[in-house]
Amino acid sequence: MEAEANSGSPEDSWAFIQRPGEGCRTVPLAGHVGFDSLPDQLVNKSVSQGFCFNILCVGETGLGKSTLMDTLFNTKFEGEPATHTQPGVQLRSNTYDLQESNVGLKLTIVSTVGFGDQINKEDSYKPIVEFIDAQFEAYLQEELKIRRVLHTYHDSRIHACLYFIAPTGHSLKSLDLVTMKKLDSKVNIIPIIAKSDAISKSELTKFKIKITSELVNNGVQIYQFPTDDESVAEINGTMNAHLPFAVIGSTEELKIGNKMMKARQYPWGTVQVENEAHCDFVKLREMLIRVNMEDLREQTHSRHYELYRRCKLEEMGFKDTDPDSKPFSLQETYEAKRNEFLGELQKKEEEMRQMFVQRVKEKEAELKEAEKELHEKFDRLKKLHQDEKKKLEDKKKSLDDEVNAFKQRKTAAELLQSQGSQAGGSQTLKRDKEKKN
Amino acid sequence: MDPLRQSPSPSSSRASSPRTLSCERLGYVGIEAVLDQLKIKAMKMGFEFNIMVVGQSGLGKSTMVNTLFKSKIWKSTMPGLRVPMPQTLQLHSVTHVIEENGVKLKLTVTDTPGFGDQINNDKCWDPILGYINEQYERYLQEEILITRQRHIPDTRVHCCIYFVPPTGHCLRPLDLEFLQRLCRAVNVVPVIARADSLTIEEREAFRHRIQDDLKTHSIEVYPQKSFDEDVNDKILNNKIRERIPFAVVGADREHMVNGRCVLGRKTKWGIIEVENMAHCEFPLLRDLLIRSHLQDLKDITHNVHYENYRIIRLKESHALPQGPGWVNLAPAPPPAPTGTRASPGPAKMCRWAEDNSDEDF
Repeated sequence: MEAEANSGSPEDSWAFIQRPGEGCRTVPLAGHVGFDSLPDQLVNKSVSQGFCFNILCVGETGLGKSTLMDTLFNTKFEGEPATHTQPGVQLRSNTYDLQESNVGLKLTIVSTVGFGDQINKEDSYKPIVEFIDAQFEAYLQEELKIRRVLHTYHDSRIHACLYFIAPTGHSLKSLDLVTMKKLDSKVNIIPIIAKSDAISKSELTKFKIKITSELVNNGVQIYQFPTDDESVAEINGTMNAHLPFAVIGSTEELKIGNKMMKARQYPWGTVQVENEAHCDFVKLREMLIRVNMEDLREQTHSRHYELYRRCKLEEMGFKDTDPDSKPFSLQETYEAKRNEFLGELQKKEEEMRQMFVQRVKEKEAELKEAEKELHEKFDRLKKLHQDEKKKLEDKKKSLDDEVNAFKQRKTAAELLQSQGSQAGGSQTLKRDKEKKN
Repeated sequence: MDPLRQSPSPSSSRASSPRTLSCERLGYVGIEAVLDQLKIKAMKMGFEFNIMVVGQSGLGKSTMVNTLFKSKIWKSTMPGLRVPMPQTLQLHSVTHVIEENGVKLKLTVTDTPGFGDQINNDKCWDPILGYINEQYERYLQEEILITRQRHIPDTRVHCCIYFVPPTGHCLRPLDLEFLQRLCRAVNVVPVIARADSLTIEEREAFRHRIQDDLKTHSIEVYPQKSFDEDVNDKILNNKIRERIPFAVVGADREHMVNGRCVLGRKTKWGIIEVENMAHCEFPLLRDLLIRSHLQDLKDITHNVHYENYRIIRLKESHALPQGPGWVNLAPAPPPAPTGTRASPGPAKMCRWAEDNSDEDF
């Protein structure tokens, strides 16, 4: 009922009465209005925009991932088989445009390369988790932008993860359990038993029961087909009981009866892919594409992506509080964080400055030391030099003295000689002179 | 299909860049079943539609709403009853849930009694703009919560029907002012009210004059030319644009004409049938609003008008630019009295101009 509340003084230039949503009543229509075409309008809009769907295939090399994708979508996707010698797990992603009647689908298939091939498989799940997170992050970044174009954004978030289980017939491998546990809160996991023509029917039932119980015991949440809408509740309910699907993939067509069918031929018989008695391929196709594609996309967006977003934002320190103080607390948190960050920066700057000063001091001290050493060496050398010089001077002096003494003796000897020769033997003097000369 | 992005996948995953290829289909896969899935989901969730009617009193707004949705949404004011003239402009909103063939529609109609009724009608559009922005603000607050709801309740005004009085001359200054300001914030559909007082020739002349006025003042009413997506849309919308503004007559009484029971107005000189294309253009309005363009109205409100509002608000709050930052919204501008509201108006128009230039719709 309309309720009039006088919620404003005459000074307010306007007053708003009756918030929408309160007091909703159903009104009978007196004729055909025409808004029953609304779902069609919505569908037409979506068709013109196109759909996108992203599948992640996780499984060991050689389990038939690419073949299964080819079989599911009835085309030949490109890509060569991977070798077993990959050093680490990598993800290979390809995007294709499929068109069926008037519906265009942008399909992205991501598959793991080298999963389970290493000797040490502890980190095998990490590249997969990082990839899924990276897609969420890209979407979150786009959503947080100021100027964004969400309605034309190419959504690359993984909508469904097909986990390929090797057909051992016993139980899940520990690598499988660990990987699925890490992935179950990030993506819709649909476990399937690959190459299931290697298992017999009785073994298959036991295998399925073992797998389901192991998953339950370890708390792994796999994707449950939704059972809340009556139109699909029944079929989804029965399908839930058949999980995990045992599938076979084949792109070869063989003539069986008078029809061409996809099948694998063995000497002992032919396995038909689309025969429900042979494998669960048809069930997988029904569930994945024909019945629940939209639900997979919605779960990815409203559950896994919201969880990622919430964790990411809380990590950054932002919280919601009661509505009336929300803007302020966000602001406070932001201010606090900012101050904290600036404080840290300042502290770092101080540290660096101190370290710089210290280093300079050390270097200075070193240099002073070296200088002192150099001075000492110089003094030492100088002293040495002076000593040598003195010695040399002494030697020179003594030499000079010798020379002087010799000269004196020489003049004295000459004097004597000249005195002697004057008396008589001047010839002998001459001869001696000559000899002397 | 929209153009595909050739951007490489995030580097941390060491995956090769996605190439887009068209594949030869060899058999039926069943992709088109997704359309049915969409329909089921939409019917389960129900639809929401919010409409606002603006115009002076006595132009038949309440009657028009009742005629559009063929139910007593509003108690229309009977002539002759002394209704106390509201001193201020008040917005009055009611919500109903109507169902047809399994499709549930939550319809909210907002009325604006008192618009243009005072002697001084300056800034009489401010409360209306304030209400529209308040709805955007509410949605924005919900959207930036950390823990947000699965389905945010949508109270944003999807369509505003503006009633032009049938003067027969041209748009009045009040109309021009109002239309200029509002067409930037919401989808506006102008209609000529009480068109039974104009003859067919007068109608056409009036319509052409209004169209010229709109073009002169660059007022873009719904369906906006700049949002036509492809050729088909253009053709369809051009046909509609030729007839805007529709000349409508509202009636919620039924009379007998030629043995049929029709909605109409009975006068001494004849019965004006509301659903008769020869008499008035009400069917065109109804088809535009409900049968063909309802989803489009909602989409344009969400993708264009709401985004523009968001950009302005985030810039105001000095939000961190793109990157792993979070938004702290400055406290929303309170529904302030006249003075402060003037500024966001022209500012929004400038921003609209700059958005328009670099974004292609």
